Amino acid sequence: MTPFIRIQNISKKFGKLLAVDDVSFNLERGELFSLLGPSGCGKTTLLRMLAGFEKPSEGYIEIDGQDMANVDPADRPVNIMFQSYALFPHMSVSNNIAYGLKRASLPSDEIKARVEELLRLVHLSGMGARKPSTLSGGQRQRVALARALARRPKLLLLDEPLAALDKKLRSETQFELVNIQEQLGTTFIVVTHDQEEAMTLSTRIGVMDDGKLVQTATPNEIYERPETRFVADFVGDISFLEATVIQRAGKYWLMEAATLIHATGSSTLTSGMKVSLAIRPEKITLTSQPTGQLNEFPVEIEDWAFYGAGTQYKVIGPDGIKLKVYQSHNQPSQANSRQLETGFVHFSPDATLILEG
Amino acid sequence: MRSTVPLLVKLLAIAGFGIIYIPVMMMMIYSFNRGKLVSVWAGFSTKWYKELWYDDVLLTALYKSLLIGFSSATISTIFGLLIAIAFVRFAHFRGRLFLSLVASAPLVMPEAVTGLSMLLLFIAMEASFGWPSGRGVDTIMIAHATFGMCFAAVVIQTRLRDMDKSLEEAARDLGGRQPFVFLSIILPLILPSIIAAWLLSFTLSFDDLVIASFVSGPGSSTLPIVIFSKIRLGVSPEINAIATLMILTISALVMIGSFLVLRRDGKK
Amino acid sequence: MHSFLQKFGRLLVIWLPLGWLGIFFMLPLVEMVNVSLSEARRAVPPYNPAFQIGKDGISFQPVVDNYLLIYEYWEDYLWPAVNSVRLAFFSTLYCLLFAYPMAWWIARSNKSLQHILLVLILMPFWTSSLLRMYALIGLLNPNGVINDFLIWAGITVTPIQMMQTDFSIYSGMILTYLPLMILPLYASLVRLDNSVLEAAADLGAKNWDIFRTIILPLSMPGVIAGCLLVFIPAVGEFVIPALLGGPEQLMLGKVIWTEFFRNRDWPVAAAIAIILIAIIILPIVYARYQDKESIS
Repeated sequence: MTPFIRIQNISKKFGKLLAVDDVSFNLERGELFSLLGPSGCGKTTLLRMLAGFEKPSEGYIEIDGQDMANVDPADRPVNIMFQSYALFPHMSVSNNIAYGLKRASLPSDEIKARVEELLRLVHLSGMGARKPSTLSGGQRQRVALARALARRPKLLLLDEPLAALDKKLRSETQFELVNIQEQLGTTFIVVTHDQEEAMTLSTRIGVMDDGKLVQTATPNEIYERPETRFVADFVGDISFLEATVIQRAGKYWLMEAATLIHATGSSTLTSGMKVSLAIRPEKITLTSQPTGQLNEFPVEIEDWAFYGAGTQYKVIGPDGIKLKVYQSHNQPSQANSRQLETGFVHFSPDATLILEG
Repeated sequence: MRSTVPLLVKLLAIAGFGIIYIPVMMMMIYSFNRGKLVSVWAGFSTKWYKELWYDDVLLTALYKSLLIGFSSATISTIFGLLIAIAFVRFAHFRGRLFLSLVASAPLVMPEAVTGLSMLLLFIAMEASFGWPSGRGVDTIMIAHATFGMCFAAVVIQTRLRDMDKSLEEAARDLGGRQPFVFLSIILPLILPSIIAAWLLSFTLSFDDLVIASFVSGPGSSTLPIVIFSKIRLGVSPEINAIATLMILTISALVMIGSFLVLRRDGKK
Repeated sequence: MHSFLQKFGRLLVIWLPLGWLGIFFMLPLVEMVNVSLSEARRAVPPYNPAFQIGKDGISFQPVVDNYLLIYEYWEDYLWPAVNSVRLAFFSTLYCLLFAYPMAWWIARSNKSLQHILLVLILMPFWTSSLLRMYALIGLLNPNGVINDFLIWAGITVTPIQMMQTDFSIYSGMILTYLPLMILPLYASLVRLDNSVLEAAADLGAKNWDIFRTIILPLSMPGVIAGCLLVFIPAVGEFVIPALLGGPEQLMLGKVIWTEFFRNRDWPVAAAIAIILIAIIILPIVYARYQDKESIS
């Protein structure tokens, strides 16, 4: 079965600058896909090509079997919710939402009904006569969403939809967004630089760096099994260790990184190889006394930061190894490490990742 | 902003630019025409420019225009600065409405009306207290300064309003007081707009025909007055020559002025 | 907090220009009303002021003869008044027609190009309108550049009459006032957020729709400002009808000039000037009202 949305070998050049470099991925109908990456990675350019505002230098975009080459933005079954919302300042909320429907020449009572329906969907019933300048940021965002959904697009593009909202509003809106998407079954592509947002919202994430699509996977896979150093570092916190492979030790590998480490690895490893080991902070345990577990060594506690539900520690191990340790506060067995100056860390070999790039 | 501009729009835009520039370009070209007939090209020559040099009436008028221009522009700029300060920096004051009316009306009032009314005032004043005695350079200068200061005020006001206030606040935080802060911090910051205002007032004065015609007297003909009477007699390459010179000079001044105003913070 | 020097300085800043403009702008208008109510006579000056402060004290003898004269010969005066409004109105329209695409193009260009284009627009504006009209004569004359070309190219045999027509007036007006129309249009068009236009396109609007439903309404303040900026002075224009117009293009500015310099009838000239002010007072008030709106 052909995928609902096919993006194949898309590239975009601006003069000498290669903004999007041979990106390919497919989407099934009803997915909520996030394009995640730092600013300048090309995700917004890719979005604009999907909307039709930029022409790909190379490659092929197909939506529900229809080739999008040379199709105007106005004629595509795609709608976009802009980062700045781009509401028409001289029109009321209702007229903003109705704009796309009027362009489709729908009969006016149908338009009226649909606008009401959409206002209800985004919890703005009764606000139809208001002007955008009288609305709060969160309300304007919902109008922008309603407007973009009005024409029942096959694909909805959202450019940093939550960026302008404050933190509390952001988490509430995240859930609402997912609800609406599941309710309507519309395929969403969200562009964001906020990895938390991507993880919360998406069914799948595509991580972009410097124009390239580096890894496409579910949020869980991206977090637990990042394929490159960039992905591991960009999504969530992580500590890196440079180690040299010594030999196999049972189901694990023995490595040297100022101290002996047991790590998970594959059969492609050879003795003497230099690798980057990565461990997530919550997978490292910090104790005041040694516990005798594998991969334990003494550390100095350099700094810590309080996060409400937990504390993040910066520790320095033998030979200057720097690790980030996250300790949640509901584990009474751990010492109140904020009082300590030195301690011990240990982590399971299963928690290690070997990454290149 | 890379949106495409439709072809029709581009064509109309270019036509517009053409309308503005082509007549003047043609006139400047023909100022170098050897022949007397303005429309028949008889070869390149600068003889009309040479003839200008010997035209005493023209040269006297030029001198008068420059004199009036310099003096009225200076007055305009000073008063325009005062008006700008009043509007931007003083929140409320008695007479604010009146000042805003009286400082903006000259911008749109037809020149014939301002010219005639000022002349009538000068006559009434002469009849009542003996000054000004007759019309001449001084009356023209007063008239030009009057409408010039309104234009100067507009130019300076925009700049004054958009100025970065934090510099002034820093000065005051460090112990500076008015008017010292104004002179040492604000004035230098808005200097480009002050210079632009001066140049603007100068060109407006230098180019003015109608108002000068009404308020001038015998022996105080300005350059535009002389040129106008020459034009009345018909088109002549000599006029093309003086016109070209005037336009080039004014354009140079305007370019300097605009450059100064637009350059400072890269944004208008 | 405010020292005496500061208070005094503040008063100076306000009252120096206020005084000057009061004396040299307002007072002349008052005097003009005065003269319009004065009797003409053979003397210097050629009128007996209605209100005068003379050696024998103050006297006030207003006379409405001038207005009556205008009323009596209303065709000679009403017609140029209507004509002035007509010519100014259409000049404004034509200016708008050319200015809008130009302002749009400039607003859509990149920053450095914008600066250059704006300077290009401003430059002719500050050169004497007298000289620019003169240049236009050279172009439009029966033996001018355009006719020479047309005859040389064989398009016509006899020169086309372009001078002293409505066409020459409109050409002169456009040449003179185009920059004034462009600037406020540019100011409002440049504020247009590009993403708003893209949103409209994304929602199915084609170019003409986008213009009609988004661009035009949002640029309306600029359109109105530009039209007022052109119409108001255009009504009272002198140089353009004087140099380019014929008897059919008589405008009030020229009538005032003629009454004053040729007929030496200063009171009537003053009365016509008052009428001219009356014509433009409404647009001026409307413009001020708009200004206040946009500032608030």
